Amino acid sequence: MSSPRKIPAPYYRAKTPHIIGWTECRGEQAFCRLYNIIAVLACVVLVGILLATVAFLPAFGEPGNPVGNEVPARYIEQGVQETGATNVVAGMILDYRAFDTFGEVNVLLAAACAVLILLSGHPPDAFDTLLREMEEPRHDIILQKTALLLVPMIMLFGIYVVMGGHLGPGGGFSGGAIIGASLILYASTYGTRKARRFFTLSTYENVVTLCLAFYGLAKGYVFFTGANALDSHIPLGTPGNLLSSGLILPLNVAVGLMVASTMYVFFVLFSKGSDAVDVE
Amino acid sequence: MWNNILTNYYETVAILLFGIGLVTLLLHRNLVKKIIGLNIADSAVYLFLAAKGYIRGRSVPIISGGVQDTSAYINPIPTGLILTGIVISVSVTAFALALIVSLYKQYDTLNLDEMLQIANREEE
Repeated sequence: MSSPRKIPAPYYRAKTPHIIGWTECRGEQAFCRLYNIIAVLACVVLVGILLATVAFLPAFGEPGNPVGNEVPARYIEQGVQETGATNVVAGMILDYRAFDTFGEVNVLLAAACAVLILLSGHPPDAFDTLLREMEEPRHDIILQKTALLLVPMIMLFGIYVVMGGHLGPGGGFSGGAIIGASLILYASTYGTRKARRFFTLSTYENVVTLCLAFYGLAKGYVFFTGANALDSHIPLGTPGNLLSSGLILPLNVAVGLMVASTMYVFFVLFSKGSDAVDVE
Repeated sequence: MWNNILTNYYETVAILLFGIGLVTLLLHRNLVKKIIGLNIADSAVYLFLAAKGYIRGRSVPIISGGVQDTSAYINPIPTGLILTGIVISVSVTAFALALIVSLYKQYDTLNLDEMLQIANREEE
């Protein structure tokens, strides 16, 4: 948004006191009606075709369905021996298919970068600053005491979910989202100015760079040694212990940190603009 | 031939939900409501995938008690695919909402028609 083409809104409002919708012009009205009809028809036809497909799909929940081929069988029968994780899904997404997850995390980073670029173009004018001052939470004693109790609990639960990702339900993405929720609760109760003491944009950049670099290097090493039939010297440990399953636990922590900080940065950017996460 | 529609009721509901999301995406002129429609369609895809992975009477794919038999657990692959899908959908939603915020700052409206009208007038 570098082009200074922005014309203040009241300009339009004054020039055209009643903005007539597209629909109110004759020919365009017909076009709109046609568009709506075609859209509904297209959706109905698509849903009809898909429902016909569903009618020919194998029955729901049957053991012999073609989805259950030799790939999930391999993951279940050999997963614990090969990855060390009792949670087969964690072993799958962070070991067998770790490259897929790496791309996923990179998509998240790309989205965060795009949001940062899009929402940080305008330097806030005086009105924006005043608005943000007003939106900054007041000294609300009930809310703040409740948050004081809740934020550590939510964060602890998030850390538990991240750390237990290879043992049971959980993992970096879900746990990271929970930790992000606790950060968001803190920021919306005590104000982003207070949250800025421990989380600024440079913190975010450092966390994301470190996590992605660690992920890429660690999995690159494992893929390289695996492809060349070398020993990677990463102990798998006893399945079921906290410190087991090789790289899955550190990768979960990296993904969790990344997701948590991205969630928080999304929240702050959308609610306050980029200067709220920036360094003073 | 059509009686599998009722047997596969999870998939049927997923398809209907997808249709609802698609209609919302196409018919609403408000950009935020379009994004809501997109997210409904996303949820339909997750429901479909989860239904594909489920097998009656089996437990979640977390090895417990040393049982490593395929007949004890459901299919873990659709679960992993859903995880990927959720993250991508969050990213796409955030990106689209940021674009909408920029458009709103430029045009002071969320309605696509009014936006096009103002853009046309600007060009004249």
